Amino acid sequence: MTPERLSLVGLSHHVAPVELRERVALDADAAAALARSLGDAVCLSTCNRTEIYAAGDDERALEALEALAAESLDGTVYRLHDDAAALHLFRVAAGLDSLVPGEGEILGQVRAAYEAVDPGPLLDRVFRQALAVGKRVRTDTAIGESPASVSSAAAALAAQVFGELDGRRVLLVGAGRIGELAATNLASRGAGIAFVANRTVETAREVAQRVGGEPLPLDELPRALGEVDVVVTSTSAPEHVVRAADVPARRRSPLFFIDIAVPRDVEPEVARLDGCFLYDIDDLEAVVAETLAGRRAEAARAEQLVADEAQRFREWRASLDVVPAIASLRARAEAIRTAELAKVDARVSEDERRTLESVTAQILNKLLHLPTVRMKEAAVSADGAMYADAVRHLFGLEDER
Amino acid sequence: VSVAEVLFWPALLGYGEAALAYASLRTSPLATWGVRIGWLAQTALLGVQAARSDGFPWAGWAGSLNLFVWLVVGAYLIWGCRPRFRLLGLAVMPLAAALFVVARVGGGTGAGAHPRYGNLFLVLHVGLVLAAFAGFTLAAALAALYLWQERRLKRRATDILRLRLPPLQSLERLQRRTIDVCLPLLTLGLLAGIVRLRERGGSIDALEAVTLATWLVYGAFVITRPVGRRAAYVALGGFALVIVARLALAGGHFA
Repeated sequence: MTPERLSLVGLSHHVAPVELRERVALDADAAAALARSLGDAVCLSTCNRTEIYAAGDDERALEALEALAAESLDGTVYRLHDDAAALHLFRVAAGLDSLVPGEGEILGQVRAAYEAVDPGPLLDRVFRQALAVGKRVRTDTAIGESPASVSSAAAALAAQVFGELDGRRVLLVGAGRIGELAATNLASRGAGIAFVANRTVETAREVAQRVGGEPLPLDELPRALGEVDVVVTSTSAPEHVVRAADVPARRRSPLFFIDIAVPRDVEPEVARLDGCFLYDIDDLEAVVAETLAGRRAEAARAEQLVADEAQRFREWRASLDVVPAIASLRARAEAIRTAELAKVDARVSEDERRTLESVTAQILNKLLHLPTVRMKEAAVSADGAMYADAVRHLFGLEDER
Repeated sequence: VSVAEVLFWPALLGYGEAALAYASLRTSPLATWGVRIGWLAQTALLGVQAARSDGFPWAGWAGSLNLFVWLVVGAYLIWGCRPRFRLLGLAVMPLAAALFVVARVGGGTGAGAHPRYGNLFLVLHVGLVLAAFAGFTLAAALAALYLWQERRLKRRATDILRLRLPPLQSLERLQRRTIDVCLPLLTLGLLAGIVRLRERGGSIDALEAVTLATWLVYGAFVITRPVGRRAAYVALGGFALVIVARLALAGGHFA
């Protein structure tokens, strides 16, 4: 008896351009509906990949993807099966197949895709293993600890100064997109955006409506600098917007400047002031490059964890070769035991019958324990089918195959 | 071989293991066990010393060094023995292991000391002063870490998020709290010594003078509440006096 086949059909940023990926990308509901229409399947669709995992053949899954793409995907999609498909899913869940190695969002997306449908035993098993290994990679390695973008690096650096950012006040200067992202990132860690300053107060007000804070004109910057902990600047001004002379004589806590603008908004002399720390865009990009190098080093450890999990999946699938033979053997033995007990049932008392029941059950279990263990071991080493056939032949189980 | 001598080795082994394990991020979780096991073994060692002695057994310079190491590691266990503070462990544990060896070489880890002073006085005076010194040692390690982290932030070190130190403000807060707790201990310990000195007469020796100077430095710290780099420098300045008091002058104080 051959176990059910695990199939994967998909495309990702590795093999498909964004024009094609956006045609096959589905929102969560549409992905779940597609998976259900294919029977026992799970559809994982993100901005970087659309993949269909199916129990059984992959032809219908391929047809579905081609229908979405409105073109033949021959030579573009990857089609993987069994152990290779499982290994791919484990790498995806661990973030090892992502654009930024170790990014954590994909694990939630894998979980959502799995929970959106009601998968059969094979898909249930492989997805549960994928979620477990994804979680283990994040807890046992440092692959996800370092920021992978300028905005998250800015927030991580602020945390290196202040620790917890709860209650820290942020001043956002300018209406640049990356500056706003950095400020939002700080806010997601608990900081509050206290002021938004811009050359035109109207623009400051618009940004403040999105991110919070009090809108200010630039000439009120010196006052605001005395009331905040973190300053994020991203104006398009050709000259410095924040000068060393604007910074009030230092208070009892540090002042952290994140200057994302080019040309720079903050006068470099600010970095020399006591208690002031200044990172410009080059500094932030250098920090990100360094942390990405660290992620790649951790990826090697993560790959080992994924490989171990793939091995466990392989062993589990191999054990499926012998499970029917083991079940038949146990059923046959149990039938013989029950029949023999029935023959003496009328000649023994109730107590004696209970004793016989117990003793014969124990003998049976002890006799079958070792053959069961050995068959499972043999299955892992690829001899499972041979052992299963031998057991069926020796015990006359052929008709129960 | 006495029980006290036997207990010395697991304690040293624990501290040594911790000192080595803190050097690597991967082995640092094992370091915590080294600190705990070593400290428990040293606690047992001190217990045996106390049981076998007629009175307070750590009045001599080597014995007091033994007690000092126990207090330093104990303070570290309470304040800073956590993964984020790995580098603090790397600063404290090799020092603790080295001083522990010095204490043994000086005969401070054996049993059977016969002090010439009363127990209550020695517990109050030596115990409190050493506890304060242990705390100041920890505060100095925190101050050193602060200066290093501050320098890396100022210089925009690219590996700042790879080799992570505790946040600047956490280091400063912990350093200040440690000094706040330890200064009253030093004050009480000194008062006990001064009362004794007045009862018996005599003049202030070099160790007492240095300890008083230490008290003045940390007293100024608590009153003026310096922040940032200045606070770290004051903590390190006070610790320099602790080193002088502890290592250079402790020998003849109870002679």
